[in-house]
Amino acid sequence: MKLNRFFFLIRSGVKSIFTHGFMSFASVTIIMACLIIMGSFSLVAVNINRVIDDLEDQNQVLAFVDETLTVRQAEALKSKIDAVENVRKSEFVTREQAMEQFRGDYDSELFQDIDATVFRHRFVIYLDDISQMEQTRDALEQISGIAKVNARLDYAEGFIAVRNVVSIISMVLIVILVVVSVFIMTNTIKLATFGRRGEIAIMKMVGAGNGFIRMPFVVEGVVLGLTGSLLAFFIEWALYGLMCQRLMTGLVSQLVAVIPFTALMWPVLLVFVIVGVLIGCFGGLIAIRNYLKV
Amino acid sequence: MVQMKDISMAYASSEVPALDGVSLTIEDGEFVFLVGPSGSGKTSIVKLITGEVMAQGGEITVNGFDLRRMKRRHLPRLRRTLGVIFQDFRLIDKMTVYENVAFAMRVVGATSAEIRQRVPYVLDLVGLGGREKRSPKELSGGEQQRVAIARALVNSPRLIIADEPTGNLDPVRSLELMLLLEKINELGTTILVVTHEKELVNAFAKRVIAIDNGHVISDGMDGYYTYEAE
Repeated sequence: MKLNRFFFLIRSGVKSIFTHGFMSFASVTIIMACLIIMGSFSLVAVNINRVIDDLEDQNQVLAFVDETLTVRQAEALKSKIDAVENVRKSEFVTREQAMEQFRGDYDSELFQDIDATVFRHRFVIYLDDISQMEQTRDALEQISGIAKVNARLDYAEGFIAVRNVVSIISMVLIVILVVVSVFIMTNTIKLATFGRRGEIAIMKMVGAGNGFIRMPFVVEGVVLGLTGSLLAFFIEWALYGLMCQRLMTGLVSQLVAVIPFTALMWPVLLVFVIVGVLIGCFGGLIAIRNYLKV
Repeated sequence: MVQMKDISMAYASSEVPALDGVSLTIEDGEFVFLVGPSGSGKTSIVKLITGEVMAQGGEITVNGFDLRRMKRRHLPRLRRTLGVIFQDFRLIDKMTVYENVAFAMRVVGATSAEIRQRVPYVLDLVGLGGREKRSPKELSGGEQQRVAIARALVNSPRLIIADEPTGNLDPVRSLELMLLLEKINELGTTILVVTHEKELVNAFAKRVIAIDNGHVISDGMDGYYTYEAE
């Protein structure tokens, strides 16, 4: 394609946005609204997952060391524990530290005179995947020097069930939202191009190839999609900030920690731009497809 | 050059064939009227020539393109050898007069310099010099049809097809338009005018092909409105 022809098509696409101002505005608004709805829901789902992650993290495995081992010998087991599959990290806790923690947890005079020998040296173990807790527990029990492993399998199963339910609901809702959004967006774009079918017929009649006709629509779709996605991104940012502000001042802040938007902004921006541009681009192409058969 | 041999064609929506055994030849440089009543098959012939519809039987060649064997993706190449003028002008309202004409040149890959040189010349030829920046909406029907002629003419097509070009014009403007088409024909372009206006046809001593019920009923060089005579 000659360069001046290429630039002409780019210019035509950009110019067309302004000459069909109202329909461009409608397309951008619809793309923006759909992205905000999808984005908001996805962000809520991400935060719910994070809360579950945090709760899962609190479900640690305790590996008690054989009483016959000294502190140094016990501490030496760390490398073996860390080498077990699915172990993210482990922390060594001496029996004295365990006693202090116990006293702190219960804060009762009854336990003030308790002796540290009642406790065992132990490792607090964090897992990568709590669904593998049983296998990890078995592996930990095989380590020589580990007397007993405490793993709350019932809790783990509970978390797994909750996560599965949340994941399924999120996926179903996101898929429904995506389908509805794509339907609304392509219809808006179809409506926008319907008024231009005469224009396309004229182009065909003077000998324009399909590529020549499509190119301005692609440019237009990409620009509209990009504009819609960027606007959606900034509005999403503002809405999320507002939501965080409300949550942080309430009682909920003591129960959940909301992920700051800055930690999610790049993936959100990337997804918004990709979805917006693809919808704009393919929406336009699908919409004019029928008018090209002249 | 247009050559049709025993062409038959029917639309999917109708059991009656729109064209049945039509054979005709239009040589390069000719000026031909295609006449007939509504529904006779005139527009079907135009659609066949422009590749909008395909014949189910027979042979059709337009400007060297064998339309029965040609691939659809090659249609733009055929259309670039044609100029088509419609009753309703079919101009793009969002473009100026200049842009409407220049657009046809853009399609065939003309450079900006070629467009700047050619478009004013063609607009002058059709009597629209000085109206380049106007919107089609600001022009009269006759002027809009001249823009359509300029657009059809700008790529120096071998054949110009005018489908009821005077349908929306008064008699004086219609005559002016036909004189313009005659002038273009004298410059070497083949002209095919589809019409059912008897007076207009009779005012020019040209070849007239009359069609009715999908058949060619007469083909004469005397300019007589044969359909009426039948």
